[in-house]
Amino acid sequence: MRIVRKILASELRNVARSRWMVGYALLLLGFTSLLLRFGGTGERALLSLLNVVLLLLPLVSVMFGTLYVYNAREFIEMLLAQPVRRGALYAGLYGGVALPLVAAYLLGVGVPLLARGSEAPGYLAHCAMLLAVGTLLTLVYTAFALCVAVRIDDRARGLGAALLVWLVTTLLYDGIILGVATSLGQYPIEMPLLVMVFLNPIDLARVLLLLSLDISALMGYTGAVYARFFHGGGTILAFLMLIVCAATPLLVGYRWFLRKDF
Amino acid sequence: MSFAFLAALGATLVVRPAGPIRTLTDALALARPGDSIVVHAGTYREPPIVVRTRVTIVGVGGPVFVGGEHSTLEVEADSVVITGLRFRQVTPSPLEDRAAIVLRGTRGCRIEANDIRDAFFGIYALKASDCLIRRNRIEGSAANDAAAGNGIQLWQARAMSVVENEVLGHRDGIYLEFSPSAVVRGNRSSGNRRYGLHFMRSDSCTYAGNLFARNGAGVAVMYSRNVQMLDNRFERNWGDAAYGLLLKEISDGTVTGNLFADNTVGLYLEDANRNILTGNTFQRNGWAVKVLASATDNRFEGNVFEGNSFDVSTNSRSASSRFAGNWWDQYRGYDLDRDGVGDVPYRPVRLFSLVVERHEPSLILLRSPFVELLDAAERFMPVLTPETLVDGRPLMRRPR
Repeated sequence: MRIVRKILASELRNVARSRWMVGYALLLLGFTSLLLRFGGTGERALLSLLNVVLLLLPLVSVMFGTLYVYNAREFIEMLLAQPVRRGALYAGLYGGVALPLVAAYLLGVGVPLLARGSEAPGYLAHCAMLLAVGTLLTLVYTAFALCVAVRIDDRARGLGAALLVWLVTTLLYDGIILGVATSLGQYPIEMPLLVMVFLNPIDLARVLLLLSLDISALMGYTGAVYARFFHGGGTILAFLMLIVCAATPLLVGYRWFLRKDF
Repeated sequence: MSFAFLAALGATLVVRPAGPIRTLTDALALARPGDSIVVHAGTYREPPIVVRTRVTIVGVGGPVFVGGEHSTLEVEADSVVITGLRFRQVTPSPLEDRAAIVLRGTRGCRIEANDIRDAFFGIYALKASDCLIRRNRIEGSAANDAAAGNGIQLWQARAMSVVENEVLGHRDGIYLEFSPSAVVRGNRSSGNRRYGLHFMRSDSCTYAGNLFARNGAGVAVMYSRNVQMLDNRFERNWGDAAYGLLLKEISDGTVTGNLFADNTVGLYLEDANRNILTGNTFQRNGWAVKVLASATDNRFEGNVFEGNSFDVSTNSRSASSRFAGNWWDQYRGYDLDRDGVGDVPYRPVRLFSLVVERHEPSLILLRSPFVELLDAAERFMPVLTPETLVDGRPLMRRPR
């Protein structure tokens, strides 16, 4: 554990100093502040932030994470020559990438949100939901990043794969859902679609946030089915599922990391 | 003062529990046309009370009439005034429409400032005309739909005024059928099981300044012509099949200055023709306007659309309603000549809203980046969305 902490501390120092991370935090900060200043009422600003959380966060997490592990290649090899357990090194790597990203997100989005405040009912709950879901998404996509960087040695191919992960989960997967929904629309496919949504962290995050923000549109028959599910313990299930989404690539990457011949 | 005024018109009979006249029934038996009956505080349990002479009945200190297995008070004479009474409990019946107050075939009556609770129907005007129903409070508490009647019901009534009443917890708050030329103004109808306002086959009526909120299915109006709906508020009608305002076979009507906020569907038009919809505000609805292809020649002008998930949705490419000069918060055009009108037309129907109309479960993709991408592409080059549903003169600034 002591070693994990040491590696983590050194990583954190490294990452926190990187201009990338500072730039990312400032980008989020500026974007959120601008949205809050010009985006009208709180709820609509939150809906715009939803797009940031769904598009930018996963992209930055997966790209930055992959890039970082590639850059840390020599550091990793050097440490592996020392009496350091691979598990400890892996945990330190993951924490060292994920924690600064989460911190940048919480600072960049959370601070302006809370500083601005609003009397709108449920504003704090909406903010908490946004921050929690964003945090989990960051954790999920950094895990993907580690997975990719450990598996693929070639840097260009690795970055390509990371981009592919983002593209598939953000766009292509929704295309598939739309295809299923339109071709099987005459059947009661609400529940199968919900299962599909649960298998993609971005969709899951989106539905979770929408049901807390944009409820009126989801209150038709379909909406009622979805809303009932999420209000009856579905939210907790969704959060658990997001954690599973982070844990799965993390563990897969761990297995690959243990066997990897550097 | 008012007693002196009443006394000038005729004799005044006094009803109080201690007597000498102990019941309204006894007083009515003694009354001559033009008399006044003052009912003092107390609880009155009487058989069905029928008013057959032109009298003024005034409650002082809130006398309570407890009903039962029948209507409590039936008015059959013209120009009767009933004010300041409290009615409690009218037992629901599957066979007859019992009400706290029934107006049967009368004209020129005034029902004012009464308080009705737990009645099957509140006030039921049957073939009445020119009556004023004002400032009554009618609260139902039915446990199920079968036990719920309507708060205020007009049936085959003419030129009635329903003003500033408050109706809650009934089946339909205010219900009109075959009742032309009514004025419904300043009422609050909320938390009713079905509709806040429901009318059918009632032409040339005016609905102004009412609030319809949190009703099970919103407001639905059908089969009427020349209806005016002005400055009403339709709020928080959420749920499967809940509409702020549903217009079915309403033609040549005017819907102006209303607020539609936080409804699943703000305004729904089906077989509704030649209506003019101007100056309305649609805020935070799931669907601001759903207009089916069967609704033709409706004109939307000067309306405000903000914060809705879908601005306009339709079920066909050939929808023929016209939009012009509205303000859309999602409009991203520009105004080079600075005349306040955007130079690029706005297409309020998104591709995704068409998809959802046909395949409802795909609603789960709302606000997905993929869907936004499709919408953007469609907006750039419309192929599937109705070409006719275009606002050619979108406003650059929000009116008012």
